[in-house]
Parts: sequence; structure tokens; C-alpha cells
Amino acid sequence: MHGTRILDETDRLMTVCNSCRYCEGLCAVFPAMEMRRAFSDGDLNYLANLCHSCGACYVDCQFSPPHEFNVNVPKTLAVARAESYAAYAWPQALSGAFARNGLVISIAAALSMAAFVLGFAALNDRSVLFGVHTGPGAFYKLMPHNAMAALFSAAFLYAILALVMSVRAFWRDIGPAIGGRADGGSIFQAVRDAGELRYLHGGGVGCYNEDDRPTDRRKLYHHLTFYGFLLCFAATSVATLYHYLLGREAPYPWWDLPVVLGTLGGIGLIVGPIGLFTARMRRDPALLDESRYGMDVGFIAMLFLTGLTGMLLLVLRETAAMGPLLALHLGAVFALFITMPYGKFVHGIYRFVALVRYAQERRSAT
Amino acid sequence: MSSKYDVLVIGGGNAALCAAISARRGGASVLVLEGAPKFYRGGNTRHTRNMRCAHDAATEILTGPYTEEEFWKDLLLVTGGKTDEELARHMIRESKDILNWIVEQGVRWQPSLGGTLSLGRTNSFFLGGGRAMLNALYLTAERLGVDVEYDAEVTDLVIEDGMFLAARLKRPVKGETEIRATSLVAAAGGFEANIDWLKQYWGEAADNFLIRGTPYNRGSILKMLLDKGVQEVGDPTQCHAVAIDARAPKFDGGIITRHDSVVFGIVVNKHAQRFYDEGEDIWPKRYAIWGRLVAAQPDQIAYIIFDSTVVASFMPTLFPPIAGHSVAELAGKLELDPVALEKTITEFNAAVRPGTFDHTILDDCVTEGITPPKTHWARKIETPPYLAYPVRPGITFTYLGTRVNKEARMLMADGKPSANMFAAGEIMAGNVLGQGYAAGMGMTIGSVFGRIAGREAARHAKN
Repeated sequence: MHGTRILDETDRLMTVCNSCRYCEGLCAVFPAMEMRRAFSDGDLNYLANLCHSCGACYVDCQFSPPHEFNVNVPKTLAVARAESYAAYAWPQALSGAFARNGLVISIAAALSMAAFVLGFAALNDRSVLFGVHTGPGAFYKLMPHNAMAALFSAAFLYAILALVMSVRAFWRDIGPAIGGRADGGSIFQAVRDAGELRYLHGGGVGCYNEDDRPTDRRKLYHHLTFYGFLLCFAATSVATLYHYLLGREAPYPWWDLPVVLGTLGGIGLIVGPIGLFTARMRRDPALLDESRYGMDVGFIAMLFLTGLTGMLLLVLRETAAMGPLLALHLGAVFALFITMPYGKFVHGIYRFVALVRYAQERRSAT
Repeated sequence: MSSKYDVLVIGGGNAALCAAISARRGGASVLVLEGAPKFYRGGNTRHTRNMRCAHDAATEILTGPYTEEEFWKDLLLVTGGKTDEELARHMIRESKDILNWIVEQGVRWQPSLGGTLSLGRTNSFFLGGGRAMLNALYLTAERLGVDVEYDAEVTDLVIEDGMFLAARLKRPVKGETEIRATSLVAAAGGFEANIDWLKQYWGEAADNFLIRGTPYNRGSILKMLLDKGVQEVGDPTQCHAVAIDARAPKFDGGIITRHDSVVFGIVVNKHAQRFYDEGEDIWPKRYAIWGRLVAAQPDQIAYIIFDSTVVASFMPTLFPPIAGHSVAELAGKLELDPVALEKTITEFNAAVRPGTFDHTILDDCVTEGITPPKTHWARKIETPPYLAYPVRPGITFTYLGTRVNKEARMLMADGKPSANMFAAGEIMAGNVLGQGYAAGMGMTIGSVFGRIAGREAARHAKN
């Protein structure tokens, strides 16, 4: 018996699946399961995080409900996955943030955005806040660059610290790899598998969303969102280098690298989350962990908000709306950073770690 | 065309869908009547995982060639010659093309599953298993414009002089309780879930049989056809039956209730006596006889008994083994006579000769001086905990069926071919399988004769 009901149920299902194995060609979960005859808590959390929730094993299973064996792997692993985030959260005192995640994220976003708006209003004259600023350093008329950099670096570093500590707990819990071998090759393989969402493919036909037709577009929307996020991150990084190395201050002209990257990324961060949200709302409830609606939608909303405020800021940066929009955008980004270790963002980190472990196991198996 | 179709297909499994797709591709209007609700559609196909097809060269998923001649020899061997050579050779020839045809209908292959019975060269596995295969066939059929109705139980067939006229339904379909069609394809499976029918041949023992597939395989269409003058084929007591866990549900336990551990231990009946050579041949060649062996034992129950040293030698099981720290404790849990079980194990252990164990070949680990002997893989059962699986006969499918010719056309009792009635799949498996079984053949019969039946049914309807 395991610590929680969901791990007991996951163990029951993996025992059923391990005596069947029909699904082993669909994704990474089942081959990883086959390397084991019994499952520790860490094993089950590893398998749960390896699952990309494509839904194929549910549609293909002869024992899925209403069969009395009641095998629903995608839903069960989704619940186990969400509970694993809380179980490994650092510091543990904040693990409760996952339980009512939508609320936590909303409050964090609202407070953060309000703080920037009010902060700008308090620190700046009305004429500055609603003024028209153009040319290099325009943004820093509202908030000094060093203050901005210090604040966001602190938030970002905290997020990284919390994530590293959480992943460390996860990595320890899943134990040594079967046949264990940690090397660069496994990490490279995992980067490729994560980068192309190799296992979000229903075994080749695509994923299942609202019915038994594999026509799901989540892979495309996820790519738009993920690579949009990376492009925005790259835009910020390039801008930081411009600032410190070249002494060139934002805002930059539309054709300059940070803006081009940011624009492309921003489009991804608007279109991707809309697609993911639509798919989420249409998805067959049988495949979903419905109790985590807030966590799923909260993260999607934060990414969308970040993309939207960023794009508006770009379009309207030479008007009087620049000040308030800058405050809203910075508020959104700040909230995104500080809630990263306590929301859906962590799915990518845990899944990547699970893919590294899987790559290790596959490499030592062959 | 409100209630008159070119081709009516009764059944909803592999054979039925191959027939429906093939008839539709032949230009016919097609209605499929599946008696089960949507979730349970497809009968035994739900539980399958591979198909045995001949091929002259290795493929992406098959490790080497499996010629028509080799397939034929395997069939001859497992059936003990009880097959229709002309029909069987025709099926084997056609099976080569099925490997590609079935892919064109949306089914995807994969290499043989981990832990399966060395079928990598002969059998092609369905990616995602039998239900994934069915899902693909249904999507294709619907895309082509085949009409499909679920919960569509046929209560009567109107047949005159070997000519199908109409099927009567329990509840209306498209407002009609009678569906007329120019041709009929019967692909509605066997009667393994009809315990009363099984009792006609097996007596009360049939009450102790477990049925591996859905409760919808009641053989009602088969019975109607035989009652209305279609020629019968096959021995009604012959079926595909394996030993499955006695704790399995009465119906639809599927693949996961099976046990592959017989060769690693001994098997005793309720009197704690051994009754058959557990090491007669490698397991893939012998697994399908153990259902009948257990059916012949008192109360149709037996126990696979082994010790802790072999647990990791076979696939993990759904139901855990029952364990005892001593033979007596295990006997108590199994409600066997402890003295008798200890005696059986002691005598068996004393009879084991030294040898080099290798379960992948016919090794030299044998017993001497006991009856029945264990002729391979015999090792002492002496390392606690002692473990056991209780097993009962698990009936997969029956062989009694309708006689057909190479066009999958049913033959009437007087030997004349029916004008417009065709059969495919389990309902006519007895034409090819007089007895015995080799893994994956049920699906070969279904796809090959389904495709032929659909093609011929459409041709008849379009003439």
C-alpha cells in the first residue's frame, strides 16, 4: 500500500497494464512500466510524469470504463501527477498552493499587477505615468532600470531555487535508474523528446480530445505556447545583453532582434494558450483531472496575459497608454515568475526529468 | 433505400468490419448490425492482439519470412489434420495480401509485444491492441459511408430456399423492425457466452467455465442459420480454451487473466494430484490445451504450484499468487488436503533428475519414476514461500459453425451454395480449425474471409 489513494489506484492500474501490455507501442509510460514488476511511490510518480496525456491508451483499452476493471490510465496519472507536484514542492509549507491553484494564481496576478500600477502611480507624477515617452530609456522613466532588473532577478532566482529543490526531491524519490547510467546522451535524448513532444502523438495517429477521433491539435498549440515562451525569454535575454554590453537601452526599433523575437514569441503566447484553452474546454471529461481545472487554466491564463500585455505594449508604446500597460505587463511577468514553482509550469520540468530517466533506462536496456 | 441495403452485415468484430469495408469499397450500400452496445462492440476482437499472416520476407515488424508452406504445416500440426485443405490453403494465400490491405484500412502494426510467446517472426501485432484495431476499422467504415447500429439485436432471419430476405430486430433501427438486404454477411461469432448451449455438450461442467470475451457472444445468429438449413461444420465441443485465473470475472476478463507459469511448476487438481505433463512442449505450443485439461478435472478447477525461485520467470499477473510459508499452509489457503499436497510435492521433488534449466528450449530437466512425468523444465519445488494460482477453463471461442466455400458463401445442408448468404470469422472458423489452435489464427480467418465475404456479397448485390 502506498501513502495515498491515488498512488494505490495507480499501482492497481499499472498491475493490470503490466499483465496486458497491449499499449506498449503508444508512448514511453508502458515500456517504462514493463521494466518493473512492483512499483514504489517514486516509480509511480515517475510514470505519472512520463505520461503526456494523449488519451490513446484510454480509447484503445478493452478494460476502460464501463468495464468492471475500470482502467483509466490518463485520468489516474493526471491526478497522480498533480499530487506529485505538491508532494515535491519546496518549501513544503507552500505545497498547499497546488490545491486551490486557480485562486492562488489569480490572486498573485491581481496583486502583482495592482502593485505595479499603484507603484508607478505613487512613485511617478501623473504626467509621467500617462505621458508619451519615446526613444532609448523610455521605459525607465517609469521605473529605473536597475530597480527593474533587481526585482525581476530576485523573483527569477527564487523560482529557480524552488524548482531545483523540488526536482531534487523528485529525482531522489524515483531512485536510481533501472540499469542506471546518467550521461549527456540521455539528456540530449530527453531534450529532443521534450522539444518535439514525441509522446504526445497517440502512437502515431495524433491525440484524443473530445471523442474517439484522433484529431487533436494540442501538440501544435503546445509548440506555439512553449516556443513562444522561449522566444520571449530570448528577447529579454538579448535585451539584457544589449543593455549591459552595448549600452543600448530599450525600447528598440521594431526590426531589432529583441523586438522581432518578442513579437514572434508574443504571437505564440497569444495563439497557443487560446488553442490549449479551447481544447481543454472541449476535452472529454473522462480523460481529465477535472479537480485541477484551476491549475490548468490558471497557467494558460498567465501565459496569455503575459503575451497579450506584451504585444499591446509594443503596439501602443508611443502613446499615453504605455505607462499603465508597462505596469500591467511587468505585473503579469512578475506573477508568472513567482508562481512558477507552484503551478502548472512545473509539469514541463518534471516531465523533462522523467524523460531523462526514461532515456537512461532505454539506453541501458539496449 | 430507407430499409433496403445491398449488403447487411450482422456482427461487429474484425470479420464483420472487413466485410463491411470490402463490400462498401465494392460499391454496395452497407448496414452493420452490432448486437452489443458501442463500448463492447467487436466481440472477441476487443481482446486480440495479433494476426498470423504468411509473408515471403522480413518486414519492418516481422523478423523473418513465414512461407505459405510453413503456415500450412503449422496448421496441419495443430489441427491434427482436421481442416479443409483447399479452404485453408486459400486462406493462407490470401493472408499475404491482408498484411497490406489491413493497413490501408487504417490499422497499424507494431513488433511483437514484450514478454510474448516468441511470435516475432510469424505474427503481426496491432499497435494498441485489438480495440485499437477495431477503432481504426470503424473509423474507416464510417468514413466510407457504412451505416453502423449498436444494441441492434437480431431476433429472426427470413430465409427462403437458401435465400436471405430480411432480418427482424428486437428494437427498431431507422424506424424499421425488419431490414431487407440483397446479400447477407453473417459475422456474429460463436456461442461461448451461451452457457445453456455449452451445457448441451459439456453438461453441468459448463457452469464452471469462465468466458474470456463479452457476454454478447451467444451464438443466436449461428443457431438461426443452422435451424434454417445451413450446413453445420465442426465439432461442437471443440473450442479455444486456456487455463485462466479462477478469480477472474465470469465474462470479459480478456488477456490479463491468463497464466504462463505452468511450465515453471506443477499443476494439481482438487485432490492435490497431478494429471498431465506440465513440460510436454514449449508453452506457445501447449497453452491452448490446458483449458480442456482443466475442464476434465473434478469441479473444473486446478492449481499451478511453484516456489519463490521462479516468480520473475514469467509475466507479472493481474491476480497475485496465493502464498504459504509451508506446503501445508498453502494447502490450507487453497482448501486442499495438506497431506495429499505434501505427498505430491515430495514425490515430485524426489523424481526430479539433475539437468540444465532453459525454458526457451526443450531442456534436459526431467522427472523419473512418476506418472504423469514432467518431461522438461522439471525442478524441485522447495524454496518457500510456496505459491499457487487457482485456474479454471477459460473459453475464448467455439468452433462449431456454418460450412462455407472459397467465396465465403454458406453451403446449405444439401451441399448447394446459398444464393446470397456469406459467413466470416468465428462463425465459420470450424471450416479451417477442426481442433487445436495456433496464436493469431482467429484474426486471420476473420480478416481473410471477411474481406472475401464483403467482396462477394457486394458483387452479388450489384449484379
